[in-house]
Amino acid sequence: MSDQVTASLASRIAPEVAEFAGVVGESGPVAVVGARTHWHVGGAADAGAREVQAPCGIWEHEPSEMTVRCGAGTTVAELGTHLARTGQMVPLDPVDAAATVGGVLACGFSGHRRLRYGYVRDLVLQTRHVDATGKVVTAGGPTVKNVSGYDLPRLLVGSLGTLGLLAEVILRTLPVPPAAQWLVGDGDPFAAFDLLYRPSSILWNGSHAWILLEGDPVDVAAEAAKLVPAGFDPCDGPPPIPGTGRESMRPSDLRVLAGTGGEWLAEVGIGLVHRHEPVPAAPVSSANAALMDQLKQRLDPDHRLNPGRRAW
Amino acid sequence: MPSRSAVLVGYGLGVVSEDAAADAALLADLRRVLGSRARDNDFERGLYSRDGSIEGSPPAIVCLPETAAEVAEIVRICRRHGRPFLARGSGTGLAGGAVPVGRPVVVATSKMDRIVEVDTANRVAWVEPGVLNLDLSRALAPQGFHFAPDPSSQQVCSIGGNIANNSGGPHCLAYGVTTAHIAALEVVLPSGETTTLGGVEAEPAGLDLRGLFVGSEGTMGIATKAAVRLTPNAPAVRTLLLDFDDVSEGSAAVSAIIAAGLVPSALEMMDQRAIEIVEAFAHAGYPTGAAAVLLVELDGLPGGVEAGVDIVREVALKHHVGHVRVAADDEERALLWKGRKNAFGAVARIKPDYYLHDTVVPRSRLTEVLEKVYRIADAYDLIAVNVFHAGDGNLHPILAFDRRQPGVDERVKAAGRDIVAASIEAGGVLSGEHGIGLEKRDYMGMLFSAHDMYTQDLVRETFDPDGFANPLKVIPTGSRCSDSFHQHVPEGAWV
Ligand SMILES: Cc1cc2nc3c(=O)[nH]c(=O)nc-3n(C[C@H](O)[C@H](O)[C@H](O)COP(=O)(O)OP(=O)(O)OC[C@H]3O[C@@H](n4cnc5c(N)ncnc54)[C@H](O)[C@@H]3O)c2cc1C
Ligand SMILES: Cc1cc2nc3c(=O)[nH]c(=O)nc-3n(C[C@H](O)[C@H](O)[C@H](O)COP(=O)(O)OP(=O)(O)OC[C@H]3O[C@@H](n4cnc5c(N)ncnc54)[C@H](O)[C@@H]3O)c2cc1C
Repeated sequence: MSDQVTASLASRIAPEVAEFAGVVGESGPVAVVGARTHWHVGGAADAGAREVQAPCGIWEHEPSEMTVRCGAGTTVAELGTHLARTGQMVPLDPVDAAATVGGVLACGFSGHRRLRYGYVRDLVLQTRHVDATGKVVTAGGPTVKNVSGYDLPRLLVGSLGTLGLLAEVILRTLPVPPAAQWLVGDGDPFAAFDLLYRPSSILWNGSHAWILLEGDPVDVAAEAAKLVPAGFDPCDGPPPIPGTGRESMRPSDLRVLAGTGGEWLAEVGIGLVHRHEPVPAAPVSSANAALMDQLKQRLDPDHRLNPGRRAW
Repeated sequence: MPSRSAVLVGYGLGVVSEDAAADAALLADLRRVLGSRARDNDFERGLYSRDGSIEGSPPAIVCLPETAAEVAEIVRICRRHGRPFLARGSGTGLAGGAVPVGRPVVVATSKMDRIVEVDTANRVAWVEPGVLNLDLSRALAPQGFHFAPDPSSQQVCSIGGNIANNSGGPHCLAYGVTTAHIAALEVVLPSGETTTLGGVEAEPAGLDLRGLFVGSEGTMGIATKAAVRLTPNAPAVRTLLLDFDDVSEGSAAVSAIIAAGLVPSALEMMDQRAIEIVEAFAHAGYPTGAAAVLLVELDGLPGGVEAGVDIVREVALKHHVGHVRVAADDEERALLWKGRKNAFGAVARIKPDYYLHDTVVPRSRLTEVLEKVYRIADAYDLIAVNVFHAGDGNLHPILAFDRRQPGVDERVKAAGRDIVAASIEAGGVLSGEHGIGLEKRDYMGMLFSAHDMYTQDLVRETFDPDGFANPLKVIPTGSRCSDSFHQHVPEGAWV
């Protein structure tokens, strides 16, 4: 058998990625910086850590493969502009498009269209990260479907850079829907959810709900028409999403928010509540915390990656 | 049953000698918990010695637990006896994931088959691992939902197996593979402790251990319950059959459909031999003279579906389609799918045995890799039949053969290796949905560096530092840091 196929993924490492690995090096605490739009998620970074930045650039985009390969330091805005030229998108939807792809994935928070497009993790096909030893690790694979080996990409998403520093990712792209329409009204958002087939977003603040419909223009119009008798009318879009606190509930538990004060915006069908005030992180069971501690211990025994941050 | 277990040719697994006294002591402890549901008769050990792959080796004991508490008890007993355990669903896996290695205790989930709760308010169902895939979707149908992953084996494969292999199916093109449909998992860890990974809430706190467990092929513990997501049934569905007299036109049409901005819910391809075999069996009116057919399904709201039908038609015409057949009703739709879903079994019409492969290549390389597959099969004097998930570039070459021919096993394996290599050379991966198991374990180095595999093994070891859970699968032994996988595999099992 030909030798070229030996470790084929490892043999295709971009020079920018190798260079980033060199900068991270083998020792000393490092903090990886994105665009600092949510720099304090998971607690303050240790002041002593050396700051590094993941490479940026869109390195490969084949519209007919529906995949895009880019440096983790690429901003979401740049990625969006690039993909839009061929009618595609990656629905990361950060609150601030100045955010970097790596930052969004490190935080692991999905955008407001998760109801239709799913969890942000499910958009990641392959990751290359720099590990605590300064080496590049590739996991997942470049194709839209793949079960070769353990799913490290899903582990890295949401790990706040504490297990590895994302250098490059391959993401799944989607076609930009031909039509989109927001509606607003004071009807029951839970009833609206049951009425609709796969809406893109239902945001609710206790008195009003904003609903996003996307798809074929005929369908968007027909679904919108169903909502009019339920008390909804077309509008330009929702109010700004509060960007400080995220409270995670079961979707059915959101109903208890009715009549509660304060300013919040909840994602119906998902169970997420965006708040202006910080929300303390939910506890992790002791068995799971032990597993997470063990993972950290094995992957970064000297705690040099993003010291100070806590992903659990 | 011979007193020595079968030899697993080619995986470095030699003859394992039995220790009758150790087995008897283990069985006695298991019987205290399970009574007659802990078994060591030759018939059942034979039954559980194989999965859908071509490997086999009997377990020491087969257990049929009914509850998660019993599973935890089995794991603790295995640990006390220093014996590995192996979770097993329906045994349809094709990569040898459920093939016993090191005379383990098989933990079969077939009696854990309850749908515990259908929670439409949170759009999840809590199910036990032994629930069969299609039974679940049938049970959800009255409420207007289904479980989206639909492997071709869905009539018989279990949700636990789907989770462990992160299985896919024709409709995963639009809806995503199993991991996108699992909210939470109750698992018995290799320590014997029970925990819940993930959750039904929006963003379960901490690292995504759920995502790590899905696809870990039983090497991180045993799933005893899962919260699976409910997908609403689409209001409109259209199924089209397109035929081409040139495979490359068919493949080009696949890429063109995707490039046109469509995400069909399914986009399957069959080659000439597959069409003939399937037609003889299903009588679905497949055009037997064609070089390739595409089965395209669009679902969703009616406007988008109809617009999609027009786009598919337009693209197909540009690629010199022979006929565009649009199923007129559900009956015709079911008939078209009957052929596709039973294609593998129908291969028995040409040869008694088959070996089903699974690799993924970029869509743009489909034609080229298919041609290589035919050349490889010819070179090893085997027959290749192709029925596959073209929409996501997921090839499924079937090598048909007759096991009674001397030396054929070696030829089948060598051809398989060449197919994997050809796929990887074209920028593809080892497996799209069947997993690594034993079959592709030693090919991992074609894709990953030693350090990549070492890192994966560090992660596995976090769950199973002592190497009890389905040992010697997925990661080749050379990459082990502490060789924990090895510890409980009896002397002689590894040569
Ligand atoms: C309350 C709250 C609400 C939010 N809501 C949303 C939302 O609705 N939608 C959404 O998409 N996002 C949301 N976010 C997440 C936010 O968009 C991300 O935090 C942001 O995108 C980070 O990008 P950045 O480039 O500015 O990263 P930074 O702010 O620079 O860094 C954030 C964290 O990511 C780490 N990081 C950065 N780059 C890398 C890398 N290459 N590898 C590993 N780790 C890295 C940093 O070390 C740091 O720990 C929310 C965050 C918070 C706190
Ligand atoms: C004709 C045919 C067609 C197929 N088509 C497809 C297809 O379209 N798509 C696809 O993805 N696959 C397909 N397969 C492969 C196979 O059906 C799937 O991998 C299936 O999900 C395996 O389920 P099972 O219950 O048979 O698992 P098994 O074969 O019993 O086990 C598979 C793996 O899962 C582990 N496991 C089982 N239960 C548990 C549990 N509760 N906890 C932890 N680990 C567990 C086992 O240890 C083993 O490693 C096909 C197989 C056949 C024979």
